[in-house]
Amino acid sequence: MSDLTDLTIEEASKALRSKDVSALELTQAHLDAIAAANESLNAFVLTAEDRAVEMAKASDAKLAKGEGGVLEGIPIGVKDLFCTKGVRTTACSNILDGFTPTYESHVTANLWAEGAVMLGKLACDEFAMGSSTETSCFGPCINPWRRTGKTDKLVPGGSSGGSATAVAARLCLGATATDTGGSIRQPAALTGTVGLKPTYGRCSRWGIVAFASSLDQAGPITRSVGDAAIMLSAMAGHDFRDATSVDAPVPDYIGGLDGGIKGLKVGIPAEYRVEGMGAEVEALWQQGIDWAKEAGAEIREVSLPHTKYALPAYYIVAPAEASSNLARYDGVRYGLRVPGQDVNEMYENTRAAGFGSEAKRRVLIGTYVLSAGYYDAYYLKAQKVRTLIKRDFDQAFEDVDVLLTPTTPGPAFALGEKSGNPVEMYLNDILTVTVNMAGLPAISLPAGSSSEGTPLGLQLIANAFDEATLLRAARALEGAAGPQPAPENWWSTTP
Amino acid sequence: MKVDRATVQHIARLARITVKEEEAARLEGELSGIIEWVEQLDEVDTDGVEPMTSIVAMAMKQRADEVTDGDIADDIVANAPKSINHFFVVPKVVE
Repeated sequence: MSDLTDLTIEEASKALRSKDVSALELTQAHLDAIAAANESLNAFVLTAEDRAVEMAKASDAKLAKGEGGVLEGIPIGVKDLFCTKGVRTTACSNILDGFTPTYESHVTANLWAEGAVMLGKLACDEFAMGSSTETSCFGPCINPWRRTGKTDKLVPGGSSGGSATAVAARLCLGATATDTGGSIRQPAALTGTVGLKPTYGRCSRWGIVAFASSLDQAGPITRSVGDAAIMLSAMAGHDFRDATSVDAPVPDYIGGLDGGIKGLKVGIPAEYRVEGMGAEVEALWQQGIDWAKEAGAEIREVSLPHTKYALPAYYIVAPAEASSNLARYDGVRYGLRVPGQDVNEMYENTRAAGFGSEAKRRVLIGTYVLSAGYYDAYYLKAQKVRTLIKRDFDQAFEDVDVLLTPTTPGPAFALGEKSGNPVEMYLNDILTVTVNMAGLPAISLPAGSSSEGTPLGLQLIANAFDEATLLRAARALEGAAGPQPAPENWWSTTP
Repeated sequence: MKVDRATVQHIARLARITVKEEEAARLEGELSGIIEWVEQLDEVDTDGVEPMTSIVAMAMKQRADEVTDGDIADDIVANAPKSINHFFVVPKVVE
């Protein structure tokens, strides 16, 4: 029953409730798909077969009694950045070699409480630092999409490349992901999936391996906007263990989904027409504007003048916070330890061996911009620019309800194509990073294809805590775009 | 500003990461490239602008000063590379 893996969460939930399929069958179909695909795609860094089967059986028992949560029996994947009790969690870094948490992240605990079934842990860039999932210590994850007529391996984007790949390749119905500068939306765009980054504070960061604490936010990657709404409903919520988690009720994201965008004011920020943006991306953006207009939205030009400074400011703030967060990996309490003659040499040897080159680069940049004499020139300056970026958005949202932009400047690129030049890799996040700097919610949805036959995404941005409007607008554009193609299965091997 | 070799070694020392000479040579170019690129922020007039301290305006929450967990020493040392009797073991620090 291979079509079981092709269902949306909405469809699978209906099939489970009507007993057309059992949670165990649904889970087993996905475990089989993973076993056949993982050698080619490398999306899962750990498969939790026994636990998945156990969770699915528990879901079947609940469903038999007519009980269960909003995700009862739904098999999902978890980015390897979320701590999962008793299941190895590494952030795809050698320095967390073998780390097995004795606690569960708040977000995943919420998902299990709603009945979701964990299939395993998904690949990401080391410590979520990257835009291609090439920096994972488990080796690169491969995009299920290939250029028309070609067999070159493409990257799935990053850092949540494993999550995006697993969802696009039908290895799970949905996945958790995190977004610090675009790490949910950019891989979603490059794999033809839906990626939702909620407002900063909407989901608890407790139990998620920290990268840049003022920017990190968890969200789902799914195959439909409706599924994103269901996943967010389960993931969101206040948690006293994260002081920045917002103590406000989680609104109903599902009920208002089909409200349409008639009368909604959609802003088009001129500054997002960046240098190096492909003509087909511009055309897709125009197509999105036309769809919104035809659906009854009012289009308004808006200006976000500090857009071009978001990425350089991010590359001060994020490494600074990372250098502080990653100070905890010292070979004492968990993970790798490489001996030295004294304690300092042990620290230095451990961190030299445990961190990959991108993590090292960012720790060093962060240490530099925070070091004596440079703090004001770099870190303080970047935080002031951040205030200006937020102010731009505040002003825009006085006039409009949502903003519409492309998600990325171009489609998926080849393995190794950008990994030689850090700044060139960073530029992939130019259209997504502004949102993290301002803490806003945004979503990427598949809306068309490049001339290479690979997916392209449109991004919608809403005001803080207005995920309901964001999802409603995204659902309308998803409808206008029509059904999007699935990647052709070249990756399955007979196990 | 260019990040020279001595600065690379200095920040590597601060960050407690051993950097070998050939690695330092590569990092000198990479870090300089990144730092020079972020310096475009100098174009932005930030006079009188407050640095961002919180992205969502809200009062910092406080909780009651109460013990909410404990007796989990086994859990805390479960992942330690080396531990004895619930202590983390490190190389000798004091002679």
